[in-house]
Amino acid sequence: MAVNDTLAAWSDTAFTASIVVYSVAIVGYAGEYAFGRQGRVARTSAAQTGPAPVGTIEGPPNRQHMATRLGRVGLAGTALGALMQLLSLTLRGVAAGRAPWANMFEFASAVALVAVVAFLWVQYSAPKLRHLGLFVLVPVVFVLVYAGLELYTEAAPLIAALRSYWLVIHVAAAIISVGVLFTSGVLAALYLVRQRYERGLIEDAPAPKAIVALGPRLPDATVLDRLSYRLVAFAFPIFTFMVIAGAIWAESAWGRFWGWDPKETWALIVWLVYAGYLHARATAGWKGTKAARINLLGFFAITFNFLVINLVVAGLHSYSGLT
Amino acid sequence: MTVVEALSTAPEPVAPLPRGAGPIALARRWWRALTSMRTALVLLFLLAVAAVPGSLLPQRSLSQSNVAAYFAEHPDLAPWLDRLRLFDVFSSPWFAAIYLLLFVSLLGCILPRTRQHWRVVRQPPPSVPARLDRLPLSQDTAVDVPTPEAADVAVARLRAQRWRVVRRDPAGVVEISAEKGYLREVGNLVFHGALVVLLAGLAYGRLSGYEGSILVEEGAGFCNSFQQYDTYRNGPLAGAGDLAPLCADLDAFSTEYADNFTPTRFRADLTYTRELGGPAATYPLEVNSPLRTDGVRLYLTGHGYSPRFTITYPDGSQFTDLSAPFLPEDPTTLASTGTLKLPDRPGEGVGEDDQLAVEGFFVPTAADLGDNRLVSVDPRPLNPAVAIVVYQGSLGLDSGAPQNVFRLDQTQIERGVLAEVASGNLFTGQSLTLPDGTEIRFEGYRQWAALQLSHDPGQLVVLGAAVAALIGLLGSLVVRRRRIWVRCVPAPADGPQAASRTVVQVGGLARSDNPGFAAQFQELVDAITGPVARED
Repeated sequence: MAVNDTLAAWSDTAFTASIVVYSVAIVGYAGEYAFGRQGRVARTSAAQTGPAPVGTIEGPPNRQHMATRLGRVGLAGTALGALMQLLSLTLRGVAAGRAPWANMFEFASAVALVAVVAFLWVQYSAPKLRHLGLFVLVPVVFVLVYAGLELYTEAAPLIAALRSYWLVIHVAAAIISVGVLFTSGVLAALYLVRQRYERGLIEDAPAPKAIVALGPRLPDATVLDRLSYRLVAFAFPIFTFMVIAGAIWAESAWGRFWGWDPKETWALIVWLVYAGYLHARATAGWKGTKAARINLLGFFAITFNFLVINLVVAGLHSYSGLT
Repeated sequence: MTVVEALSTAPEPVAPLPRGAGPIALARRWWRALTSMRTALVLLFLLAVAAVPGSLLPQRSLSQSNVAAYFAEHPDLAPWLDRLRLFDVFSSPWFAAIYLLLFVSLLGCILPRTRQHWRVVRQPPPSVPARLDRLPLSQDTAVDVPTPEAADVAVARLRAQRWRVVRRDPAGVVEISAEKGYLREVGNLVFHGALVVLLAGLAYGRLSGYEGSILVEEGAGFCNSFQQYDTYRNGPLAGAGDLAPLCADLDAFSTEYADNFTPTRFRADLTYTRELGGPAATYPLEVNSPLRTDGVRLYLTGHGYSPRFTITYPDGSQFTDLSAPFLPEDPTTLASTGTLKLPDRPGEGVGEDDQLAVEGFFVPTAADLGDNRLVSVDPRPLNPAVAIVVYQGSLGLDSGAPQNVFRLDQTQIERGVLAEVASGNLFTGQSLTLPDGTEIRFEGYRQWAALQLSHDPGQLVVLGAAVAALIGLLGSLVVRRRRIWVRCVPAPADGPQAASRTVVQVGGLARSDNPGFAAQFQELVDAITGPVARED
């Protein structure tokens, strides 16, 4: 079963197109953000936190109109980019005749797609948060560009060890959970910014300039905290399932269900950190800022597991396809 | 207010311990500190941090040779790390101490909570608070029916939505308490309890399991007995007599490759018997498809080539079809190295100094570079060749020290008791003649498979516990605990139909993070009062 080179080339084109479209969306979101100083964004955050600390919030109507339009460009770009990515992954899967997530390049692309979809869900459930797309799409584009430059691997057939239906189940669960945790991490970071900003308003503790610049246009800290939590609550069972499915696969492929392979060890570390997050969020004295930091620590562990463990530490999970 | 309950995770106020407090009081305090959520959180993170060195430093359980290489690279640092058990992190006492403390803390948390929840489940929902309007959600609605009827509707609606409902009728008023979502705490307890079972299953499997691995050439076989294995590890509860009487022969080994030499399929055709002299069965052993029988699993973990030689001594005596497994050096082209050792030669009066060893480099498909060097260009055996160096002398096998079967003991060469006598490149059918007239003929190859046999009686316990933990986790995250109170009070007697009017007061409390509860509460209020609501 040879690889279909034509389809593989189209897949690469769609991948590049998705980066371009996402970039356009970023410009749209950034525009909405900039014009939003006197428009919808400002009103949204003002409605949630009471009167804004700076004078008037109502701008000229044409500027508001402009902000709304640019925001729609952002949203449309996000959706179109996601479709492009979906197309890219589908073509690759068809070209290679397998699930399109068998190396690091494909995994990173799929995770970015899930992160975008998770954000689209956030927008759907809380449309007022549209302008936050900026903070999700910038890291997503960074991930895609990094994947395209550093992790790119030609579409290729699978080695014998990966020929199992568990590849579809185990890796799909990994992609979904990691993608959703990505978006949750972005919201946790925004929560920290907003939290610091709000503290600066009520306490006599002036926030740093960058936070004062960013904070007013972010939604209420409790909103960010709750959304971030709901994404973790969604992703954590899937991550747990991913570990169990991996153990079942390891039992039939490597002769044991758990063997402290570096990748397995780090999956446990990530699991422990997010378990800590869920507990911290329900523990007095750990709620809020500390819990959000744990969330970010969890995503740092995921990134370390993906990049360092795959590329630097040798283990059984060496499927990067890079030489 | 009675409805505001302390979070089960809230830290309990700690009074200073009186001077001269007994050891029991002290132990109680320590126990309480250990089982507190803060301690559990700290232990959770400690466990995560403790696992990190186990993933970054080479571990003996994964690769002895990587640890040896680390020792060679860092001769000063390695012994210190070893003293801290950093090359055996996951079996070290300090790692065990952390997870055992975590599990004790966990048990100390879930056992009281199980008892508490058992009581909660058996008790009716708490009675209606005096002031419903002080609850996070509350609403008063006037309806055009007498109080008992309004209450009947509320009870019916709540029951239809599977709320647990208790109705109390103090004088003239009807009070209804309803609660839902008991499964949240059940899920929570199942999740944590299942983790304890999982750990127990892991320990049981470790103690009663065993694992052996062996390299088998085509045409050869092995039986499940620890003397036969190349490496063998068993738990303290697994005796030699507990080994399942399985024997297996490797009939043939085959590989399939894609265009770019990606190996897409390995297959070891086995004939096996489940007991000595029992009926034979065949099994195509593949990666991802182990042979499972009688509680043991047989895996295919590797493969390679064994070059075959015929050796003819000057006196005409012959060894035919000798082979030794060579280890692949390059996983892509399967260029392999190894050693064939011949400690005995036929004939009378032959001493230990007359031993023979053939050190070799095997290539499945040779390409001629033109300078007498062999290179492998394909993992398939299309044009097998071997470059050999022949040594004569003493191999040092009788010294008692264990030898690497794939390599010569270099100290024998350095001591001058083992010397190189000839070398050359051989294609199939070619031979090399030594100075003493001995002829070494390269006959071709056979393939070998690395097999691993494992027995882990705790496996199913661990799987069951993991699945139970996942289900419990879903319950604890998806199910939401909430309470509804309804008080039906006759309307003030000021209108013409006062006797048949009722004010329905509803209050709601979400006992877990539940952003959708306000909407749900509204729906419920509409459902309770909707059919009988007064038209205003």
